[in-house]
Parts: sequence; C-alpha cells; structure tokens
Amino acid sequence: MGELAGNLALGFATALSWQNLALCFTGAMVGTLIGVLPGVGPIATIAMLLPLTFKADPTGALIMLAGIYYGAQYGGSTTAILVNIPGEATSVITTLDGHQMARHGRAGVALGTAAIASFVAGSIATVVIAALGVPLTKLALLFGPAEYFSLMAMGLAFATVLARGSVYKAVAMIVVGLLLATVGTDLETGEDRLTFGLQDLSDGIDFAVLAMGLFGFAEVLRNLENPETRDVVKGAIGRLLPSRADLKQSLMPVLRGTGLGAMLGILPGNGAVLGPFASYAVEKKLARKPERFGRGAIEGVAGPEAANNAGAQTAFIPLLTLGIPPNAVMALMVGAMTIHGIIPGPQVITKRPDLFWGMVASMWIGNLMLLVINLPLVGLWVRLLKVPYRLMFPAILVFCCIGIYSINNNPADVMFTAFFGLAGYALYKFGFEPAPLLLGFVLGRLMEEKLRQALVLSRGSFLTFVERPVSAGLLLVAVVVIVVAVLPAVRKGREQAFQE
Amino acid sequence: MKKFLIAAAALSLWAGLAYAQAYPTRPVTVIVPFAAGGPTDVIARIVGDHMSKTLGQQVIVENVAGAGGTTGITRGSQAAPDGYTLMMGHMGTHGAAPALYPQLRYNPTTDFAPIGLAAGTPILIVAKKAFPAKDLKEFAAYLKANQAKVNEAHAGVGSVSFTTCTMLNAQLGVKPTRVAYRGTGPSLNDLVGGQVDYMCDQIVNLVEQIKGGQIKAFAIATAERSPALPDVPTTKEAGLPEYQVSAWNALFAPKGTPKAVVDRLNDALSKALDDPATRKRLLDLGGIVPAGPERTPEYLAAFVKKEVERWTPILKAAGAVAN
Repeated sequence: MGELAGNLALGFATALSWQNLALCFTGAMVGTLIGVLPGVGPIATIAMLLPLTFKADPTGALIMLAGIYYGAQYGGSTTAILVNIPGEATSVITTLDGHQMARHGRAGVALGTAAIASFVAGSIATVVIAALGVPLTKLALLFGPAEYFSLMAMGLAFATVLARGSVYKAVAMIVVGLLLATVGTDLETGEDRLTFGLQDLSDGIDFAVLAMGLFGFAEVLRNLENPETRDVVKGAIGRLLPSRADLKQSLMPVLRGTGLGAMLGILPGNGAVLGPFASYAVEKKLARKPERFGRGAIEGVAGPEAANNAGAQTAFIPLLTLGIPPNAVMALMVGAMTIHGIIPGPQVITKRPDLFWGMVASMWIGNLMLLVINLPLVGLWVRLLKVPYRLMFPAILVFCCIGIYSINNNPADVMFTAFFGLAGYALYKFGFEPAPLLLGFVLGRLMEEKLRQALVLSRGSFLTFVERPVSAGLLLVAVVVIVVAVLPAVRKGREQAFQE
Repeated sequence: MKKFLIAAAALSLWAGLAYAQAYPTRPVTVIVPFAAGGPTDVIARIVGDHMSKTLGQQVIVENVAGAGGTTGITRGSQAAPDGYTLMMGHMGTHGAAPALYPQLRYNPTTDFAPIGLAAGTPILIVAKKAFPAKDLKEFAAYLKANQAKVNEAHAGVGSVSFTTCTMLNAQLGVKPTRVAYRGTGPSLNDLVGGQVDYMCDQIVNLVEQIKGGQIKAFAIATAERSPALPDVPTTKEAGLPEYQVSAWNALFAPKGTPKAVVDRLNDALSKALDDPATRKRLLDLGGIVPAGPERTPEYLAAFVKKEVERWTPILKAAGAVAN
C-alpha cells in the first residue's frame, strides 16, 4: 500500500506540473469540442491532432492525447443525448434513454448525469489501474479465441434485453447486424465476401458509416416527415443539472456500471464495447419498472455512461503493462508513443515510472477537467436544441458528412452513409430498432474472427468451447440470459394465440 | 516549324526549371496506405517532419487504409503528377501486392516516379515463451518434426507478418497451421498468452515484449544485428542465411512527375535521413536507414522490380490470394 501511495505521489507530481496540467486541459477541451461533432470519434480526433503533440515532451504529449481520448469519448455521448447520434459504438446505448430524456425536456439532467457518472467511474477506474493494473494483465492473457467467442456470445444474449418491443424483431435485427459484419475480405482466405464487386466494401462497413446512417441520417428523415416532433425540446428546457433524487437514483447503476465496464475494458479485442450494453441489460433487469427503459430512464444513462468511461480507462491496462493495444484507439496511442521514442511494453513501468504513473494520475485529473469543462457547457448544449430544426438539420447532415469523410478520407463512405440512412428510415417505418443491429454488427466481426481462430486451433473441434472452463462458464451465462429473456415472450405469444 | 519546336522545347524546359525552383508553393501530402499509428505511419511522420523544414512547406500525412495498403496507393497513383501528392509505398504495396491482388489497379514498376527509400524495419522470428527450442536450429527442427500441431499466427492475408512468414515456411519446407488475426495487436496478444506458437513480424512491434521476456526471439532477418536488440543473432549467424527480409518503406510520386521535382524531394528525403535527431528517432525504433547509394530514385526503381520478382513465386506457390 505504501508503495502504491509513493507511486501515485510520483504520478501526481509529474501530472500536476503547470505544463502538463495545461496540456491535459487542452486535450480534454479539444477532445470535447471535436468529439461533439457527429461522426468524429476519438480515432479521427487523435489522428488529426497527433502532429500537435510533436513538440511536447513524451509524458506531456501522452497526457494530452489521453485527454483528447476521454474528451472525444465524452463528446460522443453529448451528440447521442442531444441529437440521437452515437459518436461511437460505446455511446449507442446512451441514445436509447438519453435522447428520450432530452425529448422530455430533461436534456440538461441527462448530460449532467452522464458527466457525473463518467467522473465517478473514471475516478474508480484510475484506482483500479493503479492498484491492480499489473495483476489484472494476467486475466487478459487467460482469454484465448475460444473464451473470447463465448464472451461475445454472452454479449449477444444480452442484446435481446435491449429490445423495447418485440424480442423476435430484436433477434432479427441482431442477425442482420451479424450479416452486415461479414461484408468484406475474408480473414482466412483473403477473398471478398458480399461486396457486390465494390472495392470500397472490401474492408467491410465502417462502424461510423453504419451508425451515422441508421441513427443520424434516418433521424433527420424521420423528423422532417413529422413537423410536430421536429423541434427536440418543446416548451420548457427544465432544470440543467440533476436533482438530489436523480443522483440517488443513479448511484447504484453508476457503481455497477463501473464494475462491469472496468472488467470488460481490460479484455483484448474490444471488450470495452460490451460494457455499456451489459450495464444497460443489468439495470433493465434489476429495475422495478423495466418498461420505463427506452422512455427516458435515468438509470439507462447513468449505468452505461459509467461503464463506458470505466472501460475506456481500463483499456489502457493491456497497453501499459503488455504493450499490446486492445483496440484501434489504443493502437493509435502506441503509434503516438513510438513517434516520441517510447515503445510501450512491460518495461515502461520500471524504466519510465514518471511516465507510467504520470499518465495514471493524469487520467484522474483529465476526468476532473472533463467535469469542469462539461458542467458549464451543459447550458450551452441544451440551448442548441432551441435552434429551429430547419437550421439544425442541414448542420447535422453537413457535420455528419465531414465526420464520415474524415475517417478514411474516402468519399464513398459518405454515399454508404446516405444509403444506410434510407435503410434506417425503412426499418423505423416497419417498427425495427437499430440498436440491436449495431450491437450485432460490432460483435459480429470479432465473433466470427474468434470462432474461426478457435476452430483452427482446435483443428475443427467444437468441444473446445465447453472444454475450456472460462469459455464454458460464459456460454452458460449466455444460455441463462436467453432463457430468462425469451421465456416470458414465448408465454405471452402463446396466450395471445389462445385468445385468438 | 523546327524553330518553333526548339522554342517550345526551350520554353517547356524553362517552365520546368522555374516550376522546380518554385516548388513547393503549398503543403505536400504524403498518402500513408495504412492506419495512423502503425510502423509505416510512424516512419512517414518522423521523416516528413524533417522534410517540411527542407522544403519550406508542411508535409501532411494522410492515412488512406484498406486492402493491404493497395487502396491508398491506387488513389495516389491516380493523383496529378505535380509533386503535391506522394505515397509512402511499402514492401507489401510494391512487392507482394501483384501476386496477392490479381485485380490490382496499378503496376508497382511502371505507374510511379520513384523518389527514394526511407527507413525500413527488420523482421524477427519470435515464439511463445514456452516454445521448446533455444535457438533457430532447434526451432527449425521442432517445426519440421511437429508440423501437424504447430500454430503460426499472422496479422491477416497480405500483411507483413503473413508474407514474411510465408517465405520462412517455404524456406524451411514446413506447412504449419496458420491462424489469421486482424492486425498485429491481437496476434501478439495470443502469442504472449501462449495460444499460438510462433510468428514473424517487424521489430518495432515486438521489441519490448522480447526485452520483457514474454516472448522469445530466434533471429533477425538482416545482415547485421540491431542495436535495439543486440542479443538477437542474425539469420546468417543462426544458420538460415537465405532468410533476408525487411519491411521497407519508400516514397513514390505518380508517374509523370517532373524529374526536377523528384530530385528536390529525393534531396529533402536524404537530408532527413542524415539529420542526427531524425536518424536517432528511426534507429530507436529498431529501424534500418538506407546508406547513400541506396537512396537514389534509380536504385529504388530497380529494387521494386527485384522485390516483385522475388515475392511473386513465393506467394503464388503458397496459394495466397487476396482480393
């Protein structure tokens, strides 16, 4: 414990220098502002701002990049709440209840709750990294392809809980998502699949393209069709910050979300993606009135936002202790480190303790800054909703297009987004939810990859999934979740059939 | 008429010279055909940073990733040949791609104006910590004896780890089970975790895990040992001298770029590679910086031709095709 205190003291001494504080603030601020633009997620933001850090010393540069990362992550939630556009995979869930809260005049409360939940989760996750980072690495290494596949299967089982209406429709959407994930180059053979000869599809569909289309563009179409619901906030804006009752209601979801997010964030691949989904599913199951979810339940914002931020932070563990980036954003951080002459790996803690602990400390400071930056901005964001829709929607579309283009610098991506916008509008008309589709899509790619790797390693034996204890345990949870979720629906279906 | 032609020729020559003197008047874009943060991207940014100083204009890196780097190179090859759009080509895009991608929309040897080799990264042969071999000879023997149960990991068809290990397997005459991952990160994760047995990859991706004792390195596929890993023997020392391979990177302009512009860029590139600070940054990564005679456009043109001829039979024999 004494060692930990000493390490943290070193970290704070490094992070609290004026220069590093300024870099941390700049990073969080710039990240927030750019992250708020729909479509511009952390990856595009960090890639764009990477040259800015060239002149700083490595520690300062990393602190600033980490600030951009949290800021952009948080900015994604802001657009999810205000205009129903998830900035990235982890804020898909926030659109469900966050945007509903905004529609009921509680946008300020939703934004405030998201900021506070993120801060609490971030603070706890920082302690987790400081105290348990090194031992937790071993957990990540336990996860081979088979375990990972089973974890994803469990994630999909949770997805059935996301359904606001029919479970069958949700399952159908998950399957469509899985199928969309198979578009692109086959991992083993290198052959194109389902690309219809379009070169631009050979690397698959980008998440942002799909999400901006299904949520962003489709939402605009929907709103234009229906003049009454066009202006997001009708009448009074309501209070800007969560009340004491709101906070009390959010406390347990935040703590549970933090735990789930922190655990999943450590896993290689992209475990952090599952955090918000898992948290939402848990909160909905635990709630006394689950039907509130999807209509603006504050727990549906607090829990997933906490999980999102905790996962975003613990995702640094494999990077800092193993030198292996668990996802695309972290891969970019590795690049940033190597540009500064630091190759991340197990040596960094011992060779550059100031860097390692300085970064850990700056995570907490960064979270505090996000809170400081965002609480005053809540008022500004909420006022944005007062902008008449005829001015707002062209701006949303333009920013979406810029964001999409900036991901791969590819104009075709913008066309695909427009296509998915039409598809999303059609889905809405037929009463299908886009959220389960996105979850299926996000998990699908990894799931296929891990399934095939596991089967190649076991030389084709499916028993590998039940012979390995961790994998078997995860599959068992998946089965239980499906049974619990589907049984009531089956029963209800039967009752209806009998009535007819 | 003849007079007119001479005048026209003189005029165009003068215009060309004037253009070269004025060039560059606006920022120069270098297309990196891989995602930001990878080895090629890092090298392009380090070299580009110094080239900006010589050229007096900002060198901007634009990442256009996709299809093993061929998406970005295809786009760059179709850009206006005015010296404002360049590409960071690579062992994959200008060596292995013709064999891997039958529908490739550019020809590495004829569709470009080569500028010069930038830094490359050596390839290492690494295995999981528990691999029952202590040197390359034992490794090769074990591989030959246990082909049916050994698993090799690679970062996807067409990736550097895939092509370089295809060559290794061919030279050793082994056919292990090959497990495909999406990118180096996940494959390295499973190598450290002991789920797979061995892989080949660029030094910059592996150096810290080797130093930390989480994986073991059998050999480095260059003529000399790397200062970043002085304990790792070369393939020559370890008994497999024919395995010489590195992930080279080189600057290319689209075909038809004026020679004066190419020379200006070549000069800026060479100055960057000679700059002590830039050089140190590249060497710290474990990179190899080409020597003077290897930096000319002519050398690069001949080199690309040799690389295509070298990779095509190896990859065709392995039946590796991507689309």
